[in-house]
Order: sequence, then structure tokens, then C-alpha cells
Amino acid sequence: MQLYGSEIASRLMLGTAQYPSPSVLTEAFRRSGAGIATVSVRREAGNERAGAAFWDLVRDLDVALLPNTAGCHSVREAVTTAQMARELFDTPWIKLEVIGHADTLQPDPFGLVEAARILTDEGFKVFPYTTEDVVLAGRLLGAGCEVLMPWGAPIGTGLGLTNIYGLRTLRAQFPEVPMVVDAGLGLPSQAAMAMEMGFDAVLLNTAVAKAGDPAAMAEGFAGAVEAGRLAFEADPMEPRDMAAPSTPLIGKAFLE
Amino acid sequence: MTQARVIGGGVAGLCVATELVARGCEVTVFDPSPRPGPHGCSWWAGGMLAPFCEGETAEEPVVRLGQEAADWWERQGVTVHRQGTLVLALGRDRRELDRFARRVTGHEMLDPAALAAMEPDLEGRFDRALHVTGEAHLDPRAALIHLRDRLEQAGVRFMAEPGRPAGLTFECRGLAARDALPDLRGVKGEMAVLRSADIRLTRPIRLLHPRYPLYVVPRADGLFMLGATQIESDDRRRSVRSALELLSAAYALHPAFGEAELVEIGADARPAFPDNLPRLVKRGETIHVNGLFRHGFLLAPALARMAVAAACDGIKPEFWHEDHD
Repeated sequence: MQLYGSEIASRLMLGTAQYPSPSVLTEAFRRSGAGIATVSVRREAGNERAGAAFWDLVRDLDVALLPNTAGCHSVREAVTTAQMARELFDTPWIKLEVIGHADTLQPDPFGLVEAARILTDEGFKVFPYTTEDVVLAGRLLGAGCEVLMPWGAPIGTGLGLTNIYGLRTLRAQFPEVPMVVDAGLGLPSQAAMAMEMGFDAVLLNTAVAKAGDPAAMAEGFAGAVEAGRLAFEADPMEPRDMAAPSTPLIGKAFLE
Repeated sequence: MTQARVIGGGVAGLCVATELVARGCEVTVFDPSPRPGPHGCSWWAGGMLAPFCEGETAEEPVVRLGQEAADWWERQGVTVHRQGTLVLALGRDRRELDRFARRVTGHEMLDPAALAAMEPDLEGRFDRALHVTGEAHLDPRAALIHLRDRLEQAGVRFMAEPGRPAGLTFECRGLAARDALPDLRGVKGEMAVLRSADIRLTRPIRLLHPRYPLYVVPRADGLFMLGATQIESDDRRRSVRSALELLSAAYALHPAFGEAELVEIGADARPAFPDNLPRLVKRGETIHVNGLFRHGFLLAPALARMAVAAACDGIKPEFWHEDHD
């Protein structure tokens, strides 16, 4: 899978927040084989790079880092956070979150497009956290984004894919654009479903970090992502109403 | 008589000194500050002795060893309140309570009547609650001062400058020991203290919330300690965001907190190793006792017992790390 020209081996991406300990986080990454870790810079950012110890642990995961602007509620805040992230992690990649609604953490579509344009102009490779809205997707692509990250459901809810029709439409409208279903996944089966629908990858955090055994759940998601991707590539059968026996009936007695 | 030095006068150092005195050692405690106070992160602790609740996210040794704590503190003459812990969730987060109950042992589910009997001021506010029995709480500042005074009475000397290392030494400086223990990191916790005459609670309350978990620990004189955020940072600033979160959650727990006096807001960084478990690290004649994370008052008694047993009896306890130079 290519994202902004970089080859990424795994189609599973994991967040790094809310784990019981950094050791559990490391073990979850090891068992998931995740290729990308998202890391939040905003909350820890204080004077003198106060979160440095944790970031060093995240760097030691030896996966590509995708810093994010989690918790930013305005364009200006998100742009400043992205600039800080570029300094801290030495990467032009930024997962752009501009939150428009405090309760649902729904993206602010207007702020998102504006921030995406500003950051693209500054040379960032923007991964926008967006809804399944196709119009918004078009605007983000127009603003220079080459990857989209539509939500499955609001962040941290574990509700799965709440608008399957919308996600299918989005996928069909922009077949060439790499898309990562980000947020709202609670179970591996939901991740598998997103992959079966042709999404290129999934990103999740809470479902793994808050599981009773995060490392086991991470491995479960990895299996589901692989299964879903294989199914998509294998061109699955269409569902049909008429039963069709998989072994021929000819030659078999009508009554047994 | 064996001579021993303890560096650091926080909860870890004072517990180790107490165990050493009990063994008949001649002890000197070194700390730049003469009395327990806001310079040490023990000062900002909640004082919950809640091994079962901590087991929701902490590893097994925290649950097991934490069960020693209440008895240990009581043996030292510290007032320990053994009322258990109440765990609550607001209406739409009620399933959080089921998850918590699945992962924690030693509890009973209360109906509204049982909750009202236990904490009358919460009557009618929650349709059920989890009572985690066998847990306790103490006033951490009073406990630190009490230990310090008892040690002084027992002949322990308190000095500011450690001077040159010599003889058996217990290194209990917390995050300040990062120069010697590079794996240590700071995990910031922020707290607030409120005073209210309008609400009475007799036991710690944990309010489960997907974004803003809160605990409230009642103290004497109408004081309530609110805690605690957990942020991967060694920054010690008190942030508006954390204050908002703590105060909003307290207000959601009971509107009376909206009228309370805001007595204090505090923050400090707790020392933690990557697995968030403590360690005893032996280097020459020095034993580091560190990484107590958010479990200072809960685990310091067990760690002190183990560290002193290692030094005096040659036992290699749990969490033992021996460095060979």
C-alpha cells in the first residue's frame, strides 16, 4: 500500500493513547504488526518538550509515525500543532483533526478543508480525519490531500461502520484514492467489513487500548484486517436469494 | 548497629526509613527540604488504598502487594478509613460500570436504596453503584508528616546534603533519580482540593467516564481531593484544561461542588518505568526504590519491606534488578 509515495506493509494502523502502560503498548504493536503509529502531540506539549520520554518510547516501536492534531478545535490550533509535530517527529506527515462538535468529536468540514489547504501549501502530507461525505472528500482532494481518513463512527464509540451506504458511495466515487477508515471501530469484525468494502486500511486506538488484553485484541484486529483484504482482492460472490447446492444433486435419490 | 542512608524524603524514602528503624538500623534521611511538602509528588497524592480498583488497568502485583498497605499504615499509627470505594457512572455511560465490574474483583453492586444508605448525599443521583469492599483511604499529607515525626522521635537524623555515597544506601528520589535510571519517565497528575459544607462523603468515589474519569477522596474539615489526570509528560504546570475536566466531572457527580470553595490546584510528575511497575535496582551498596507511578501510598510499604529484606536478609525479592558495572 502506497501512502504519499511511501510503501507501507501493514494495513493496520494503531493509536498510542490510553494503554495501561508503555510496555503493553509495545506488546500490542508487536502482536499487531501495525505499520503506522499515530501519536498525539497536543496534550503532552508543554515547556521544554515535557513529553519527550513517552515519545522516545513511541519512536522505539520502529514503525512509521503519523503525528496527529487530536483535540484541536480550530484551524489555527491545528496548523500550529502540525508545525510543532513536524519539528518533533521530523516528518511531513500529519493526521489532521479539526473537531467541530465537542460531544460527538465530529470533524468541522469547513475548518478541515481550510487547514488542509494551508498545510499542503506548507509542504505537509495531510491525512484528513473526515466524515463519509463525498462532497467534503472532493474538497479535501482539491485542497491537496492524497489520502482520506473517513470515520466509521465517532471517535472512541466502538459502534463500527454506522453509515455503510455513505462509506460505499465514498469508496466508489474515488476508487484511486487511498482511504483509511479511522475511528469508531470496536471489534475486529467491523475492521474486516471495512476492508471487504475496499478500504485500504483501518486505524484504531480505543478498541485495542481499552480491551482487557490489548495485545490479544491487537492481534485479533490484525487477523481481521488481513482476512478482509484477502476477501476484497478475491472478488467475493454476490449474495443471492436462490439456494445453490455446492455439490450437484444429479444422481441422488429424491427420498432418503 | 547497621548504618543506613535513605536519599529522598517522599513516601518511598519515609517508608524505607520506617522499615529500617524497625530492624534496629541507625538511619539518616537526606532531602533538600526539611519537611514533607509541595516539592515532592507524594504531597499531591490522593491517598486511596484501592488495590482492587487499580487492578482495572494495573498489573497483578499492584493488586496483590497493595493489599498490605492499609494494615501497614495503620500499624504506623496513621488514621486509615476502611470504608471501601464507590464506583459510579453517569446515565449514558452506565455500561462503563459493567466493564469495570468485569475487570475488578471484590465488589458488590448496590441498588439505589443501598447506595443511599451508604452515602445519603448521593441519594437519587445514580440508579446503581459498585461498592468495592476491602479498600481504604488516608490523608497522604498527614501520613507523611506523621511518619517523619515518628522517625525523628526514633532518633533518625534528617539532613539536607547527602555528601559522598558511603555504606548501605536506599535511593528514593523518584523522578529526580532519572540521571541514574534512564528508563524512568514522568507521568503528570493534576489534582484539586475543594471545601464544601453542603456535601458529605465517607469514602472515595470513582466516577467512570470515557473522557474525564474522576476520583473524589473525602478528607477532614469538609475538604475533598479531586484527581487525577494522567498525562505522559514530566511537565509540572497546572493546566486550565485539566482543572476544567476535574471540576466539571465533580460538578456532574454532585451539583453541590459547584458552590464549593476552590482551595488548591496542584500538579506533579510521578516516576514510572515502561511497565508502570516499581523496581528495586541494586548497584553496589545502593538500592534504588523507584517507579511507584500512581501507587505511592499503595505500594511503598511493600516495596520498603522488600528492599530492606533484600539488604538485611539477602533475599532477592520481586522487581529486583541487579546491575553489574
